[in-house]
Amino acid sequence: MKRKKLKLLLSFIKGNKKNYIIAIFFMILATITSLINPLIIKLAVDSVIDEQPVSLTGVFLVMFNNVGGREVLLSNLWILGCILILISAINGIFNFLSKKHIAIVSERTAKNMRNKLYDHIQYLSYSYHIKVDTGDLIQRCTSDLDKIRTFISQQLMEIIRAITLITTALAIMMSLNVKLSIVSFVVTPIIVIIAFKFFKYIKAKFKETDEAESKMTTVLQENLNSMRIVRAFAKQDYEMDKFNNASKTFKETDFIVSKLMAWYWGITDFICDIQLGAILILGTFWAANGLLTIGTLLAFMAYSHNMIWPIRNLGRVLADMGKASVSLNRISEIFDETGEDIDLESGLTPEIKGDISFENVSFEYEKDKPVLSDVTFHINKGQTIAILGGTGAGKTTLVNLLVRLFDVKSGAVTIDGINVKDINRKWLRKKIGIVLQEPFLFSRTIKENIAFSNYYATEEQIKSACKVASIYKVIRHFDKGFDTIVGEKGVTLSGGQKQRVAIARTLLNNHSILIFDDSLSAVDVETDAYIRDQLKKNLHDTTTIIISHRISTLKQADKILVIEKGTITQQGTHRELIREQGLYKEVFDIQSSLQSDTTKGGENNE
Amino acid sequence: MNEENQEYNKSFDKEMWKKVIKYILIHKKVLLLLISSLVILSGLESITPLLTRYAIDTYIESGSTANMGWFIIVYFIVILIKASSIFALIYLAEKLFLEVSHSIRKDAFEKLQKLSFTYYDNNTVGSLIARVTSDTWRLTGIISWGLVDLFWGIFTILTVTILMFILNVKITLAVLGVIPLLLLISIYFQKKILKSTRESRKYNSAITASFNEGIQGATTTKTLVREKKNLEEFDVKTEKFKSAAIKIAVLSALFFPIVSALGILGTSLALWTGGVMVFGGIVTIGTLSAFISYTQLFFFPINDLARIFANFQMAQAAGERVFTLLDANIDIYDHDEVLKQYGLIKASDTVPKLHGQIEFKNVSFKYTKGEQVLKNFNLKVEKGQSIAIVGETGSGKTTIVNLACRFYQPTVGEILIDGINYQDIPLMHVQGNLGYMLQTPHLFSGTIKDNITYGNLEATYEEVENAAKLAEAHGFIMNFEKGYDHAISKGGGGLSTGQKQLICIARAIIANPSIFILDEATSSVDTHTEKAIQQAIGNVIKDRTSFIIAHRLSTIRQADRILVLDKGNVIEEGTHNELIALEGHYYKLYTSQFLEEQELEILN
Repeated sequence: MKRKKLKLLLSFIKGNKKNYIIAIFFMILATITSLINPLIIKLAVDSVIDEQPVSLTGVFLVMFNNVGGREVLLSNLWILGCILILISAINGIFNFLSKKHIAIVSERTAKNMRNKLYDHIQYLSYSYHIKVDTGDLIQRCTSDLDKIRTFISQQLMEIIRAITLITTALAIMMSLNVKLSIVSFVVTPIIVIIAFKFFKYIKAKFKETDEAESKMTTVLQENLNSMRIVRAFAKQDYEMDKFNNASKTFKETDFIVSKLMAWYWGITDFICDIQLGAILILGTFWAANGLLTIGTLLAFMAYSHNMIWPIRNLGRVLADMGKASVSLNRISEIFDETGEDIDLESGLTPEIKGDISFENVSFEYEKDKPVLSDVTFHINKGQTIAILGGTGAGKTTLVNLLVRLFDVKSGAVTIDGINVKDINRKWLRKKIGIVLQEPFLFSRTIKENIAFSNYYATEEQIKSACKVASIYKVIRHFDKGFDTIVGEKGVTLSGGQKQRVAIARTLLNNHSILIFDDSLSAVDVETDAYIRDQLKKNLHDTTTIIISHRISTLKQADKILVIEKGTITQQGTHRELIREQGLYKEVFDIQSSLQSDTTKGGENNE
Repeated sequence: MNEENQEYNKSFDKEMWKKVIKYILIHKKVLLLLISSLVILSGLESITPLLTRYAIDTYIESGSTANMGWFIIVYFIVILIKASSIFALIYLAEKLFLEVSHSIRKDAFEKLQKLSFTYYDNNTVGSLIARVTSDTWRLTGIISWGLVDLFWGIFTILTVTILMFILNVKITLAVLGVIPLLLLISIYFQKKILKSTRESRKYNSAITASFNEGIQGATTTKTLVREKKNLEEFDVKTEKFKSAAIKIAVLSALFFPIVSALGILGTSLALWTGGVMVFGGIVTIGTLSAFISYTQLFFFPINDLARIFANFQMAQAAGERVFTLLDANIDIYDHDEVLKQYGLIKASDTVPKLHGQIEFKNVSFKYTKGEQVLKNFNLKVEKGQSIAIVGETGSGKTTIVNLACRFYQPTVGEILIDGINYQDIPLMHVQGNLGYMLQTPHLFSGTIKDNITYGNLEATYEEVENAAKLAEAHGFIMNFEKGYDHAISKGGGGLSTGQKQLICIARAIIANPSIFILDEATSSVDTHTEKAIQQAIGNVIKDRTSFIIAHRLSTIRQADRILVLDKGNVIEEGTHNELIALEGHYYKLYTSQFLEEQELEILN
């Protein structure tokens, strides 16, 4: 499991390894160069300003002497100043290079992750999408992803930096003075452990705070969603008390964390100061006794000072790494879901004429809960068939099988005699147009929405599709016409308008098979009839499947299928079905009984 | 995205900050203590280098460690106070943060209870929640900690400057020479970083929106086979975001080394000028070491300025959103005459019973952004009468109910309750006499009992049971293991829509309202529940003035009078039989409605 997650992470980073190594390399260099300046200051204080012997070796001693030794340096102290600046400039360049490369690595990785996630989600099966919690999934794609990015760009680097810093500083300090080095590192492990333990412990407290916050948000949300009830029952005071309490609980729960934080930072700061104090006092003591130079003491103090923050942070970073691991887990769960295999290479890509056949088709989502059982029927090319059935009868599943949003469990769905399972999914969906009951419009202009899958459509084509879908006038009525943005940031369309836009969108691709999955349900009866009439005029050879509750819609079909609890109980034409006992006749009878009941020789519906 | 764009473009908003400061000043004591602890902390931090100086000059230079015990004690006391002030600082900053955010949340919530529905029409629940929670949180969090950073920075710079001047004027002047250069560079980079941050935020929210659409529209994408194009479009956004993010990172990667190099420049200047003086015996080595420490302490807060600045801008944007809520106009309230007559009325006060006769007199109404819904509308409902209102969507049904409830007030004309203009009666008296049942039954999380007693908080168990019995709900409630203590969770807790409706009816019954409003659900329920609901509705509207926005024929038939609305006008009016005989609009509506109801019943 762990290895798999690591593999996933590496697959995101892939292609950026070189940059990553460069970033780490320069970071190590930067860390090491940052430790040079205290030595220069030590040199300046001890051997230039004071008169201690020069503790330089090798090349540095040669350099020191070449410049002219103590005398020249003392009268030209700016040289040392320049060296300080030079070294910090070099350090700055290293830092810059490291940060630049790590930014490139982490941002590229993040982009990579985003694209891969987005694409993978697109290809996840329909059954995944109908049960997924959108909010949670978005959270994974945004904040979890960001935690991993932070891990790559900061946490991992922070750990490497802290380790480099501690080891290099320890080596330098040991070479300067062993005793004082020991003093300087006494508390380091303590601080790291305290920080680590503390941040692990506080995680549970954070969770409590989160819970208190979400309780408060729930109270607020409930209140806002039931504002009419609140007002009508005059319960404002009661609500205020409720919210006030929730807000207070949140405040108090959070304050517990705050107090812990205050204790933590206070205490660790104290420990660190004791550390610095120990160096100062013992260093002073030893220096006074000639065991140590002032410069060495100053260098030690500088080193300790520089190390305190990374060390304190190290424990925290280690504790936080758990978060990144959880996030990686949550993201890898998405990739564990297998998507549909869609590639244009595999499968057949036959020309689709529109002869449809269901042969003994059965389907179930969960074991032993059949949604469709033994469904058999045939549709000839160019026919219009209508499907009637109650909620959960299996109508939508039926058409979903046709476009392979699901694949049949047993039996076969064939188009022009070819099993759809052998046909490439993409090809199939391109050839079959389906208008969903609750179509999704994207927050862009109406025009972009309609030309969503046919970006080369001309203005004329768009207009005529809209006219067929009986939405042209509505769109023209908007201030910005076809350039009106729909959705949250623009115009909110009614359910019926959305359905009609979706119909226009589908019509724009000339399909040989068209499916309307109850997609005229929110349109009024007259418009429904008008649209169907237009469709008939415009699509002669198209096989059409219409799911509907409306008898007026159903009865014009060449063939009507009645589905009850997953089985086809009746099929035939309107004339045939009204002569049979069954659901269709029952539904039809209501209409006629009502007519005889209330119509006194009035309108005739035929 | 628009909000995000505005976020960084605004200049300093003085009015907004004044209001924020007012909130902070409520907790003056905390603020004063916080500032004191900051003064102490930065003071002590500035003193520490002096301790080192003392140690070097007194003990090392003389080679004698006599009396060092005193030094240890002083040092210990200093770091103890320092640690305490850090504790106090975090404690107080968090306290300020949490208290102020609680105060703002409280006020915002109270405001939300008073704002009229016009406000709710123009603001989504999501954005209101964000204002009360995350925006408030961001605002107060940044303010509290921003204040800490700011004060700490200012105090540190001040004390360090003063101490440096005391130690040696010449070296100090040399060190401070770096500052103009530092400021120039800081301003240059801050501007650039802010601009890129602005851009990256824009792309970031675009990416989140894309994910949202990609997930919600997944099936649509599948059926339209648009996966490839979607990814291409998405890639454009992630590419832009990536570039912006790298740009920011590179800018700050450039900025920070430059600033710290400038810090080192300060240190070098100190070493150079100071070193010469040490040699000349003008200053001690200890002083020089203090200067080296000070140059670093001095530049740290300046280094941090860019971050503080960016944060304050973010706080300002959040603050502006919070204050548009806090400053919103309440347009339905008790006017002065009413206040004079009745005094300030709280929702918890007992409300005198109204009879419930209602009259709409020449009422016209128009929503703020929309067309005229009612024009010169007249209607008189006698006490105890029930009115069913039918009509197409947009015919004005809901508006009539909204006006009767005083959720909105007429633009022209007046509404009389018991013969008095209801604007002359306290709002709480009007709404306290209402019983209201929504189209979609809305229950609160809690037990069934909690939900029923919402109508009357003082109700006894018997009263709850009676109300439930009248609402035909007692039976199924007792079928739950815990009976009335059955918990209703977010999902509904195993209650069907019909059952939820019955509980809502019980809630209305227990409130014993003079006026009952029912906005009937369109969704169908099973025949058995349907009968129970009809029975329960019959029980509620008995002897009560009631308005029913009806969709079901059985409900409509129960009313004393039926109004058929079309575009804000009553086009037909009468009893069910009268209207059927008329064979007009009602007849047409009735037949199509009847059809759908029957059809659905057979299908399911």
